[in-house]
This record gives sequence, C-alpha cells and structure tokens, in this order.
Amino acid sequence: MPPILELRGITKTFPGIIANDHIDLTLNEGEILALLGENGAGKTTLMNILYGLYIPDDGKILIRGSEVTIHNPHDAIKLGIGMVHQHFMLVPVFTVTENVMLGVEPTKAGLFLDRFATAKNVQEYSKKYRLNVDPQVKIEDLSVGVQQRVEIIKVLYRHAEILIFDEPTAVLTPQEVEEFFKIIHTMVDQGKSIIFITHKLKEVLAIADRIMVLRGGKVVGSTTPKQATEASLANMMVGREVILKVDKKPAKPTTTVLKVKKLRVKDDRHLTAVNDVTFEVKAGEVLGIAGVQGNGQKELVEALTGLKAIEDGQVTVLGHDTTMMTPRKIREVGSAHIPEDRQQDGLILSFSVADNLVMNTYYEPPFTKGINLQQNEIDKVAKERVKQFDIRTTSITVPVSNLSGGNQQKVIVAREFSRPIKLLIASQPTRGLDVGSIEYIHQQIIKKRDEGCAVLLVSPELDEIVNLSDRIAVMFTGQILDILPAETATREKLGLLMAGIKDTVPDPVAG
Amino acid sequence: MDKSLKKSQKSKPEEKKTSFWARIFVRKGWGQVILLPLLSVFTALFIGAFIIAFSNIEVLTSWGKIFSHPWETLAITWNSIKTAYVAMFEGSFGKPVEMIAAVRTWLSTGMTKDLVAAFRPFSESLVIATPYIFAGLGVALGFRCNLFNIGAEGQLFIGALASVFIGYSVTGLPFYIHMPLAVIGGVAAAGLWGAIPGFLKAYTGAHEVINTMMMNYIAFRLMDFFLTGPMARPDKMPITPEIQTTAYLPTLFPSPMRVHWGFFIALGAAILVYWFLWKTPLGMEIRMVGANPRAARYAGVKNKTIIVLTMTISAALAGLGGVSQILGVDHRLVRAFSSGYGFDAIALALLGNSHPFGVVLASLLFGFLRGGAARMQSIAGTPVELIRIIQGMVIIFIAAPEIIRGLYHIRSKSKKEPVSAALLKEG
Repeated sequence: MPPILELRGITKTFPGIIANDHIDLTLNEGEILALLGENGAGKTTLMNILYGLYIPDDGKILIRGSEVTIHNPHDAIKLGIGMVHQHFMLVPVFTVTENVMLGVEPTKAGLFLDRFATAKNVQEYSKKYRLNVDPQVKIEDLSVGVQQRVEIIKVLYRHAEILIFDEPTAVLTPQEVEEFFKIIHTMVDQGKSIIFITHKLKEVLAIADRIMVLRGGKVVGSTTPKQATEASLANMMVGREVILKVDKKPAKPTTTVLKVKKLRVKDDRHLTAVNDVTFEVKAGEVLGIAGVQGNGQKELVEALTGLKAIEDGQVTVLGHDTTMMTPRKIREVGSAHIPEDRQQDGLILSFSVADNLVMNTYYEPPFTKGINLQQNEIDKVAKERVKQFDIRTTSITVPVSNLSGGNQQKVIVAREFSRPIKLLIASQPTRGLDVGSIEYIHQQIIKKRDEGCAVLLVSPELDEIVNLSDRIAVMFTGQILDILPAETATREKLGLLMAGIKDTVPDPVAG
Repeated sequence: MDKSLKKSQKSKPEEKKTSFWARIFVRKGWGQVILLPLLSVFTALFIGAFIIAFSNIEVLTSWGKIFSHPWETLAITWNSIKTAYVAMFEGSFGKPVEMIAAVRTWLSTGMTKDLVAAFRPFSESLVIATPYIFAGLGVALGFRCNLFNIGAEGQLFIGALASVFIGYSVTGLPFYIHMPLAVIGGVAAAGLWGAIPGFLKAYTGAHEVINTMMMNYIAFRLMDFFLTGPMARPDKMPITPEIQTTAYLPTLFPSPMRVHWGFFIALGAAILVYWFLWKTPLGMEIRMVGANPRAARYAGVKNKTIIVLTMTISAALAGLGGVSQILGVDHRLVRAFSSGYGFDAIALALLGNSHPFGVVLASLLFGFLRGGAARMQSIAGTPVELIRIIQGMVIIFIAAPEIIRGLYHIRSKSKKEPVSAALLKEG
C-alpha cells in the first residue's frame, strides 16, 4: 500500500534564499512524524506548501500514491489535509459549535443555519477522540488547552486524514501536554496520520514514531526516538555541538536589589491580575517565575518596569522606591528589561537596527548634543554593538524587521546590556527562538548574573526556568504559590504548582 | 483563518517578469517612494485627457462620424486634449518662449514689463502652493505620529482670524515687530486650537479624526460669528477691515506679481520639519510614538505629551497656511478665503509620503494644477472642476497603490515577505 502522503523533491526559493531544497518526505498511515528544525530551517515553508499557501517551484506531492496539485487551502482540505496553527483561529465570543461550523456552515432548507447538526457532530468527535469538549460553551470561557482541542475538532470536522500541528505544545502546561499526547495517540489509533512540527526535543522523543530533521532547507537526517538522544537531535538541528544545559556555577547572592512588597496590579480589564505578591531578588542570583501564561506574570513585569500602574504595595530597586516612577526613571536607576513581546514592545520594526540599538539612551550624550541627534555617534556605537553581540545583519541602516527573530532579540539584549545595570527583568527572553539563539541568550543572562546583576526571569517554559534559575517562584492566578530553591524543585512539583495545587494552600483560587 | 490565508497568498512572489519601470526604479530602496506618486500623477492626467475629450461637445459630435471620417475624429479629439493641457501648462507655468524672450529683453534693455507678464502665471502658482505647503506639512507631521489631523482647514481659519485681528487692530508698530507679532499670534492660536483634540486624544482616548473634524465646524462658525459681528467692517459687510501695511508679508516683486515671503518661509518650514523629525531626539520620539506606541512607552517616551505636542505643532503649521494667505495675499479676511487648502492638505501629505520634501513637491504640483485651471477653462472650455477630478484620481491611486503596480507591472516590494524567507536570512 502506498504511503498516505509523499513529497518528492520539493523545492521552494524566495528571492536570495532556498527555503526548501529537494525535500523528500514520507508519511505512512497511522504514523506520527515529527518535523524538527531551528526557526528558518524550512519546516513552516514545507507545511505551507502542503497546505496550499505556497506553490512549490519544483517537486511532487502524492496522496495515497497519486499525484496532486494544491493551489490553496481549500484544495488541501478537500484532500484531507488539516492544519492546527500555533495561534488559534477562534472567535472568542462564539460557541464551540459556531466556531467549528464557521466556513462550512450546514443549512436547513438552504437558508437557516443548522447548529444542531454541527453540535451533534462536535459531540461525536469529542467522544470518539476523548476530547471532552462541550459544544455549547463560548470559546472565551475555555482554557487554552481546551481551545486547542476545539481547533482539533475543527480540523476533524472538515474530514482531515492528515493533521499538521504547528508547535502545538507552546501554550500548554506540562499536564496539558500529557493530555494532548493522549489525544494524539487516540487519533492515531483511529487511523489518522500526524505531522508534528516542533523544536522541543523532549516532546519529539516522547511521542514521535519517526523524526525528520531539517536544517537550512534540507533534510539532514531521519531517525527514530529509539536511536536518538536529545543531544544528538540538537546537534543535527544546529549542525554543531550544542550545550543544552547551561553551564553555570552556584550563585553567590549578595545584597538585595529588587524588593517587592504586597504588590497588587490590575489588568486591562480592571480585574486584579497580581494579588499580594512579595519577593526579593538579590544581586548575583536568578529568580525564575514559572507559571502558565496569563496568571499575572505579564502584569507583574509591567508593574515592575513602570509600564502599568501599581494599585497597592511597594517596589524598591537598590533602595529607590520605584513604585510611582516612569519607565525611563526606573531604567535610569539601573534596571534593564527584556520584554515578553519583542516585536510589540522591544523594537520598532520599521526603524533601523542602529536606532533600535539606542532606543533607550538616544536622548543622552553622546547620542544627543543640545537638541541635535548625533547620527554619527549612534552609527558608531551601533556598529560596535553589532560586532560585540554578533548580530547578523547586512547593515545597521536596514529596518530591524529584516532580521531574524534571534537577531532581533540580540538587538534588544545588546541595547539593554550595554549599560551598567544592576537589575535585569527578562520576560520570555527566548520565546520563539531557535536552539542556537537560546543557547546564546541564556549564556548572556548567566554572565550578567555572575557579574553581580540581579535577574528576574519570567517564562512559561519550564525547561528555561529550571535551567537558569537559582530559586523558582510559581505564579498562579496572580499569586505566588511558593518559592523553591532550584535544587529541590522537581518538574512534578512545579507542574502541580503551576496547575494551582499546593498542599498547604487549600484554596489558591480564593481572592 | 481565511483572512490570514489570503494575506499570505497575496505575498506570494509569483510575478517573475520585471517590467521596464521596475528595472529602473525598484533596484533602489527609495525607488517606489518616488515612482508610485509620479505614475499616479501621470495616470491621472492620462485619464483626465479622456474626460477633457468627452466633455467637449465638438469631440462628441465628431465621434458620430467616426466611421466615415476616422482621422478627422481622432484629430479633433487629440486637439481638444492638447489645447486644454497646453492652456493649463501656460496658465500655471507660463509660455516658455515668451519667458525666455522676456529675460532677453530685460537683460539687454532693462525693461521689466514683458518679464512681469511672462512670469506672472508662475508667480500665481507659487502663491497657491504656499498655503498648501504649510497645511501639507502640518498634516504630514501628524501622520508621522500616526495622528490623522483632519482639522487643518479649521486650524487655517483660526490662524487667519488671529493674525488678521492683530493685523488691523494693532497700530503704530514698526514692520519688524508688527508682522512677526501677527504671524506668531496666528500660529499660537492655531496651535492651541490643535492642542485641544490632541489633549482629548491623549488623555481620554477620543479619536482625533472625529475631534479635529468637529473642531472644524466650530472654527467655521466662530469665523462666521467674528466676521458678522465683532470683526466686521464698519459697513457691516462680513469682511474684516484691511490689515495695516506694517503687518504685510512683503511681496518679492512689484505688483502684479503676488508671490511673497510666505513661499520661502514655507520652504524653510519644510527644512525645519525635516530637521526636527529626523535630527532631534524629540522628533525621534514623535516617530517612535507613530511607529509603535507600545515600544515607545517601553523606551521611556511620554506618549501623551508627545501626542499633544504633535497635534499642537501640526495645527500651528496648518495655521501658518492661513496666516501667510492673510498677511501675504488677501490682507483682509473673507469667509471664502481658503477654498479648501486644509482638506487638500491631507491629500498632499499622502502624495508626499508624509515627507516634508515630498509635501513641497506635491504642493507645487497642486499649486500648478490649480494655477492653470482658469486659463484652461477660458481657452479650451474645459471646466475647472477637471482639476478636482485629477486631484481626486491622484489620491485614489496613492491610497490604492496596487492599481498602479498592476497597471505598470511593478512588483510589490512588500515588507511582508514570507516569514520563513525572513527567518532564513539568519544564515
């Protein structure tokens, strides 16, 4: 029997770049194929070709042995190919049923929406694949994990046989990930075939039947979880030896730099997002804040950096009361901030690399003299920083949007680290970056720690937290449930805390 | 979901053939910035030619005989277009032959009579361009901060009101105090007028498009009130008294050449705006707030202050348009003094790509188009409204650049190249 999907010699070039270079891929029925690769390795391009978003320059696509052409997503759906995107495409105020039928609305008498039929379908799928989704609930009332299952139902509802998952676990807690893996297995048992795009090595080893590694648009290797290790996969992805575990000496904490006392912050909807949070960060240590996204971490960071008003409580940095200070003042006290969303907060994408490199100090000498910007000084410093931080860019005058994600992040790191800082607040500093860049950013953060900087690291990636932190605080519904020394913090313990389960706190949701 | 799909499909670089135009301009990064407005103007004039032809009764009747006398018909059509555009050119720029001859006469005999006659159309076009430049600069500055100042017309009125008042009511001052005082008074009044919607935007979130538009109506009625009441001429006509000659913005040449200092002040303002936006930290902050307010805030910019400030400067510049018209040309205020300079300014800022020098070029274009309109109507019988149609088409083409790109096969140098391609650049 021919494989359910076969790609032969798929080639796709963009101006100046070969995104996919003669890629061959085979997916057998009922198989889980993991597609592994750094950002920019060509995974997404390949899947977009399969989903009809790009037309390949060369190569063939065969479904069950017969050649097909896919011009657009409608063709792909017709051929039984479904895609679950990393960012969900759901309408929050619609119910599960309404979201599922959106785009393929069944009608009664060709005129009236037939919600009932879809709801029944949703229920069937939910049962068959143990998805446990209530068709009548509105999306906005569902947790992220359940929302993902709605996306899966959407794809199944369109009769997909081949399901493509783009970084599906990025938004899930460790427990939700396990749940998700169970669902995947159920689907495979029911005869579906899965392509799983990721750059998380642990997950690949846990779930895949076969692993294909892409690098620079080419297939560099095919292996199975039995033959591979995390290290061997990482080396394949990057093409060189990668240190997965950050090499760091034990912390030598000294004086307290950041002191947060009974902090209360409201979110944009005026609901309490940070509730009575108290902690300290000392010079020379990394305090990691773990937690599923949306438990108040964002508001906490914004409050500490002056971007959000503080309702109650006190924040001091090196003895200065920064509770009411503006972002610029807080920065001038000696703190640096790597924001969660680098493209929204950290950079002005249409501005040049040089301008972005001085975006926090352009108003000071030597960049400004009198009322004149000193473009020469800015360019000089920018060139130095590009060199020092190994930022790959064709020139300092190109818009920063031209750079890859990793290099964009390096621009931010270069800018924030090029001042004498005493406190670093890093929020998801490696979000969406490839292994090589993650390694680099992590090393830089530890270097700052060793230089005597206090580091507050906020990240939903448990690996990152565990790797870098000396102490780990877990945030849940706006509160810090516990602060553990890194040595005693096991993944299981942290996972339970992230889900809000703590023995000594009977009802963490209260308040 | 569908939306995102469509978007990525659009960005598909499927067009391989590079056209003649594209090869010339697109290589350079700034190519399209200049090319698209130029082609927009050209295309608008081209379509305008058809409108000229088919609004001409002679041409229409000749087309009844297209089969019997095809050449004659085409000749009549061509002639009507030629006459109209030549008239427009001569009305706005002048007759090159006469201009050269006049310069020769002047050089050899020192007679300036011919010179004045030959260069008068040119001077008139610059007179029209002057308020255009000021108002266009104001709107463009707002655009750089992502503020849509629709209120340039009202700000123009307020500037004019204040300067005309200072111009006629204050007496006994020497020129070098009175004129600057009238200018500054007008600018300050317009600036304050613009600060109001700026303040509302920054501190209450009220959208500046709505507010500046509403401020326009208030300005218009305020002007009606002053012209019919407190500032009306003694004979109760809705016209203000003439300003003192000490408040005049001097003309550059003797009458009837009306081009005045204001034109050069406008050019100076363009340079100043350029310097301000790109060479000062404050200008950088304005652009930061415009490009990404969240990142600006993160970088320590006081966004609210910047918004108020930008609206103030934007309005002050627009106000200068009114001030220069009053002090340089009209010397008194009547209700119809502006003829929509402030509204056209939005188009100018778009056409000029919100760049001060682009605005100057766009203003000159509009100035010359309007300068030639009257002669076109009297010589060729083409209604002056054609100019409005051409202006309108230019704006449509600028606002929808895909039309021009499609017509001339210019490949979009889209910023949104495929994500994967951008990421691959890491190398």
